[in-house]
Amino acid sequence: MTNPNLSRRAHLHQLALGAGLAFSGLMPARLAMAGQADQKPATEQRLVVVLLRGALDGLAAVPAWGDPAWASVRGRAETPTALALDNTFGMHPGLAHLHRWYQNKELSVVHAVASSYRERSHFDAQQQLESGGDRPFALSTGWLGRALQASKHSAVALSAAMPLALRGADRAMTWTPSRRPNKSPDLLEGMANMYANDMALTTALAQAMEQQDKSMRAEPSAGAGLSALAKQAGNFLSAPLGPRVAWLEVGGWDTHSQQTARLSRMLPALDEALAGLRESLSVHWATTTVLVMTEFGRSAVWNGTQGTDHGTGGVAFLAGGQIDGGRVLTDWPGLGHRHMLDGRDLRPTQDIRAVILPLVQRQFGLGSSAMQSVLPGATASLDNVWRV
Amino acid sequence: MHASNLASHRFGYSEPSLHKLAHDPRSWVLAQFQSPAEFDSQGLIDGAKAWQITRDVLQAALNPSPSPDNSQALDALGGMTSARQLLRKTNLHVLSKRWQHMTQTPTPVAERWVQFWANHFCVAATKGTTLALVWPHEYEAIRPHAMGHFKDLLRAAILHPGMLLYLDNAQSIGPQSIAGRRREKGLNENLARELLELHTMGVNAGYTQDDVTQTAKLLTGWTVGQNTAGLTRFVDNLHQPGKKTILGNIYPEGPQALDLLLTDLARHPACAHFMATKLCRHFVTDTPPAALVQSIAAHFRHTDGDLKAVAMALFSHDLAWREDHPPKFKRPEECLISAHRLMQKTVSNMEASVYWVQSMGQALARAPSPQGWPDLSADWLSPDAVLKRIQWAERYGEMYSKDLDARDLMQQAFGPNLSTSTAQTIARAESGALALAFALASPEHLRR
Repeated sequence: MTNPNLSRRAHLHQLALGAGLAFSGLMPARLAMAGQADQKPATEQRLVVVLLRGALDGLAAVPAWGDPAWASVRGRAETPTALALDNTFGMHPGLAHLHRWYQNKELSVVHAVASSYRERSHFDAQQQLESGGDRPFALSTGWLGRALQASKHSAVALSAAMPLALRGADRAMTWTPSRRPNKSPDLLEGMANMYANDMALTTALAQAMEQQDKSMRAEPSAGAGLSALAKQAGNFLSAPLGPRVAWLEVGGWDTHSQQTARLSRMLPALDEALAGLRESLSVHWATTTVLVMTEFGRSAVWNGTQGTDHGTGGVAFLAGGQIDGGRVLTDWPGLGHRHMLDGRDLRPTQDIRAVILPLVQRQFGLGSSAMQSVLPGATASLDNVWRV
Repeated sequence: MHASNLASHRFGYSEPSLHKLAHDPRSWVLAQFQSPAEFDSQGLIDGAKAWQITRDVLQAALNPSPSPDNSQALDALGGMTSARQLLRKTNLHVLSKRWQHMTQTPTPVAERWVQFWANHFCVAATKGTTLALVWPHEYEAIRPHAMGHFKDLLRAAILHPGMLLYLDNAQSIGPQSIAGRRREKGLNENLARELLELHTMGVNAGYTQDDVTQTAKLLTGWTVGQNTAGLTRFVDNLHQPGKKTILGNIYPEGPQALDLLLTDLARHPACAHFMATKLCRHFVTDTPPAALVQSIAAHFRHTDGDLKAVAMALFSHDLAWREDHPPKFKRPEECLISAHRLMQKTVSNMEASVYWVQSMGQALARAPSPQGWPDLSADWLSPDAVLKRIQWAERYGEMYSKDLDARDLMQQAFGPNLSTSTAQTIARAESGALALAFALASPEHLRR
């Protein structure tokens, strides 16, 4: 390390890569990424993925009030007066910002959407959704992780743990707010030396330090709620040298009971958080795409405790400055008893991977063979996503 | 890792010295299951009292009375009511007794065993109705049965008020029951599904949606609430009449069906295999050898789920003691407990410690889902998590280094497994505080 300009980040990258790789063709690129060529302008395109863990009830978020069977399926409970989307669909009144974006043609709804998973386990469904495989546990890394790896882009997850979706990438970071700055400048150096023989710790620390060094400084006092994390995500994505992909997640959507009351708190919180994300992205909203998704929908019929049980078809949202919005993208299956899956769930007619695919293509510009490793076997792509 | 290190660090919560177990690590582990140190729950509230405290918090949130002191900080539930203060005080008190036990118990492997089952039968305070019930569930339902038969543990775990409320069975009503016919109320299949998927058989074990629905019907009647004064009761009026067919077996109407079902589930081969897989993954390594899992599953079946016998089988199996399994990354709470055991210090500042464990990714009593805390290294080892552990270690270095020599501490605790790079980093540290920070953030201590 004779060049004094090379930062300790570069040193750490060398540690991270190990001596063997240091002499391979990979090294200069990695050093360049970490050091001098940081000045290279990153892509302007931005992607934010929001995972709602626990299964959002798509029929509560986007009720199909124009469906002939609506009253018989959902009419029994008090449905809050929905905001109109079109003759068939409405939007939960708690999603006022999203409704405005829809009216401004910056948001589309994808309805009756699900992965190909047809059982009703949260955990298997999330595994499949995040891994991007065609069944649970077919893949052990995530679709975003593989896309990042193939494109050498970086991403940040606003969570303590690395979500499965981002696993498999060298340049995926995690971030949560901290009350305490690192005081001792020698501490991290010493830690890096101590971790030299532990590949996973070395890599994680190198990424954390890179994050600390450049773009990722957060306002102190930032909260840990979704709203604060979404704002922070916008800040990270807006930083000139920051990551261009952010991952947010929030749980609590498993509304087996008291669904109406719970969603009337949670949906406005989600709505506010997304509005805050947009605000902190500022002008970069124009080049940002936001995908909001969940592992599956909930039973179309109410259960016995003013809630809904695990179901199948659900809803996803696509928002951003380039979205050809103002539309509900769906091949609507209908809510009549014979149209439903197992007589109880909204039948999915749209594969979530076909929604993810055009986003990955636009964000990472990957060729078809690389796409095959990102979403193996996914062929269909949702049409008419983009305006520009 | 040498056998004494495996016993101390992988199976237990880290001993300050390998000396007392070095001559026979296996016996040191196995003896703990013959006479596990008891948790002293004297003076702790029972489930019914916890239910009342929770109810009072929810009622105070629903009917806010003008606060006598307007300067009180508001919290998420609308204000730090006296009910809320009592909840907080109660939970912190239990947690401090719990941590005292975990940091001081002479049988740490047995304690890890208890904690494994507490996490397996996860109850989380992520709902209003369970705010005070997580710890009572652990000391009332899990601890007394963790070395007994699996079926008894299962029964206690799912019938505790904490679980009935967490997974909604308290509200589930048979549609054709007396109450169900009177009111527009009915089934909630949350507990039924997780009983099959998470508690016994595991996902993809062959049950169908119809089995889930039938199980939900069988479970109706088991409830807790105002009418039962916070105690678990079987209320006939809520119970779905008629026989239920689950996995091909027919169960009668009434409360006796539950024991029949739980016995069948506990004896299902999928249950033995699922429990063995989880145990080996937790105590041995992320991807345990199939032969080990099969052997433990066989013990589970042959002893009819005798958990003490299963523990003895696991901790006397050569494959569990292999020195070359990839180590695991400790969960944050494990990390905190082992640090205190190594330093031989009690947890003095409860609130700060709760914060640190949360900042490292584990919000205590608030596991993210009924699956409990995840158990693979990849679930915990992330850039942010490593940074937070370093920050924590730095703070602990400042707090605790005055009368500790980190070099000596690490030599005593890890002996032959202390790596040269860790020993050198600690030896070269510019202060005692930094030396202890390096020790606590060392790979030796973060992993097990």
